[in-house]
Amino acid sequence: MTLDAAALKKKFLSGSIGLTLISIFLGFALGAIVLLAAGFNPLEAYWVILKGIFSRPKYVSYVIIYATPLIITGLSVAFALRTGLFNIGAEGQYIVGAIVAAAAGYFFKLPLILHVIVAVGLAIIAAALWGGLAGYIKARFGVHEVISTIMLNWIALYLSNFVVTLQAFGKQGTGKTYAIQSTARINLLSDWKISEAGIEFIRSHKMLGDVLKSPINVGFIFAILLAVLVWYVLNKTTLGYELRAVGFNPHAAEAGGINVKRSMVVSMLFAGGLAGAAGAFQVLGVSHRIAKLAAMEGYGFDGIAVSLIGNNTGAGSVFAGLLFGALKYGGSKIQDAMQAPTEVISIMIGIIILFVAMPNLIRLILTIKANRASN
Amino acid sequence: MKGFRFTYLVCIGLALVMCFGNVAIAKKIKIAMVTDVGGVNDQSFNQSAWEGLQRAQKDFSIKVSYKESRQDADYAPNMETLTDAGFDLIWGIGFLMGDAIKETAQINPDQKYAIIDFSYGKDTPKNVVGVVFQEEQPSFLVGYIAGKLTKANKVGFVGGIKFPLIEKFEYGYMAGVKMANPNCKILSQYAESFTDAAKGKAIANNMYQQGADIVFHASGGVGDGVIEAAKEKGKWAIGVDKDQNFLAPDNVLTSAMKRVDNAIYDMARKLKDGQWNGGDTVVYSLSNDGVGIAPTSGKHVPANVLAEVDKLTQKIKKGDIVVPATKTEFDKFKF
Repeated sequence: MTLDAAALKKKFLSGSIGLTLISIFLGFALGAIVLLAAGFNPLEAYWVILKGIFSRPKYVSYVIIYATPLIITGLSVAFALRTGLFNIGAEGQYIVGAIVAAAAGYFFKLPLILHVIVAVGLAIIAAALWGGLAGYIKARFGVHEVISTIMLNWIALYLSNFVVTLQAFGKQGTGKTYAIQSTARINLLSDWKISEAGIEFIRSHKMLGDVLKSPINVGFIFAILLAVLVWYVLNKTTLGYELRAVGFNPHAAEAGGINVKRSMVVSMLFAGGLAGAAGAFQVLGVSHRIAKLAAMEGYGFDGIAVSLIGNNTGAGSVFAGLLFGALKYGGSKIQDAMQAPTEVISIMIGIIILFVAMPNLIRLILTIKANRASN
Repeated sequence: MKGFRFTYLVCIGLALVMCFGNVAIAKKIKIAMVTDVGGVNDQSFNQSAWEGLQRAQKDFSIKVSYKESRQDADYAPNMETLTDAGFDLIWGIGFLMGDAIKETAQINPDQKYAIIDFSYGKDTPKNVVGVVFQEEQPSFLVGYIAGKLTKANKVGFVGGIKFPLIEKFEYGYMAGVKMANPNCKILSQYAESFTDAAKGKAIANNMYQQGADIVFHASGGVGDGVIEAAKEKGKWAIGVDKDQNFLAPDNVLTSAMKRVDNAIYDMARKLKDGQWNGGDTVVYSLSNDGVGIAPTSGKHVPANVLAEVDKLTQKIKKGDIVVPATKTEFDKFKF
């Protein structure tokens, strides 16, 4: 019996989930050393973070809100990676999705549910084309997707900043666009919350009222549905089989009769659409408008980390996204509670991600080497 | 078992520390601020705001804190976090937080908020105070100095992002230059950033190469590059928000100061004295020393020019000169 348990333990630790958990632990341990070196009590810091994540229902709901876009951009990166493409462009595709969702949400006058479907649908199509473009120029001209998507990120950023300056769309003097129509929002009870009855309710119901103070929305449910969709497409369809085959070995896939070029374009279309959905849900559920960006906001780049932590799978992205969202939301609380500068928090989060990504990075390097050797 | 007991002890210890910690500070007034994405060390208005809070902490023995935002979506949750932490007054630094503060204030009607650079006008919630500055006034004065002191008859303006707020600096400055020197040419460019110092340096270098000898910036962190370019080329730069002479003592001619620190300090005093007045907008101008030119201006600006600036200041205070803050006002402005 004890032998079985030991064998099971060994199997678990060498498996991908075990490796990830060890990495998270190591990351926290090293983060503690950094905190100590910076003159802060790491136990207190982690306690503040834990409290900041779990001590009130509102905080949990904020973690979910922070996690939602990261889960979806994580799915986007994961999807492309499974086909052997490194989608650094999730950031730009996210921005394009956000622009289109904000525009459709503001300019169209449609009934409640239809408006959301139209806004999200258009955002996904636009972002899919944005991502697909990188896939197409890779397939057609052999331009590496890392180069093209980085360029497309900047084009998207400046396109977004330009759109905000347009008279009809940008609200003068705010650096933001007009808010989307209330029919396009996916928030729950947002109008009622600030009515007198709503404020009364929030005051008298501790738990529920607390949750209502955060901009709760249904984006998270969609994120889970998208994760299931990614899993289904990759594992249960012919298309997914082809895409994964290209990811394992493009030459073998081509020899096996798979159209590798088409697979690249399709994979990037999918990845772009996913990242666009992340931008759309963020606009429809949280920000309700887009703002002039002084720099990239990092939703897409964080998605790369989420995908790596989640082992490039649908379910993995959900959990990794939640972890990332929790660290991003809870981690920032050591600043106001302990006066620790944000840089320490960033270093801490960075170390955790580094460790978490390490086994997968090593594995990635090994596969690439194996592929090279077999060629 | 041993490990478990240790954890247990640590938890109790932490709990005790927290309890006593709370008791000791229960009576003090607590004020916190949320910075925009520039962060608290931006050499510009976030930093100025934090300095104001620190000064208030010293003078009024209150407790202060801050929370930095890293993206647009952080504003509302940061407001919420500070609201939960039980601060008496929460500041939003920068007009980008306008929507977030209004929404949070509506859901938390018992919490006091204030915002820099934003006015809700008639729609100001009862628990919010807006604070705005007439940035065009100090910009006009430094523009006048630039117009008087330029030898090349060409000066420059570097803006951050083309927001109406930054245009107040631009048109105020242009009016000042033209008032002093109607034939002076003005080069104007926006960096489309508040953080990219390299871009600021490139733009300023370009202006100096085109023959400008004085460049005024209203661009936050971008301005660090502008001042660096002035230092390397041996030309003049004009600082903004704070007295930026310390960044390059021989090359920063003067600065258009916007005393965010004073505004925040003032509000802390009002809060302490029970004079806090929600639902209102406070305007800071030359008249209440909310804006002005840097005290170090005398180092490089001749006394006779400063005397003229003093006269202009009096005229602006009296309302004899209404400094233009927008393009339309600038076009109508009579020199």
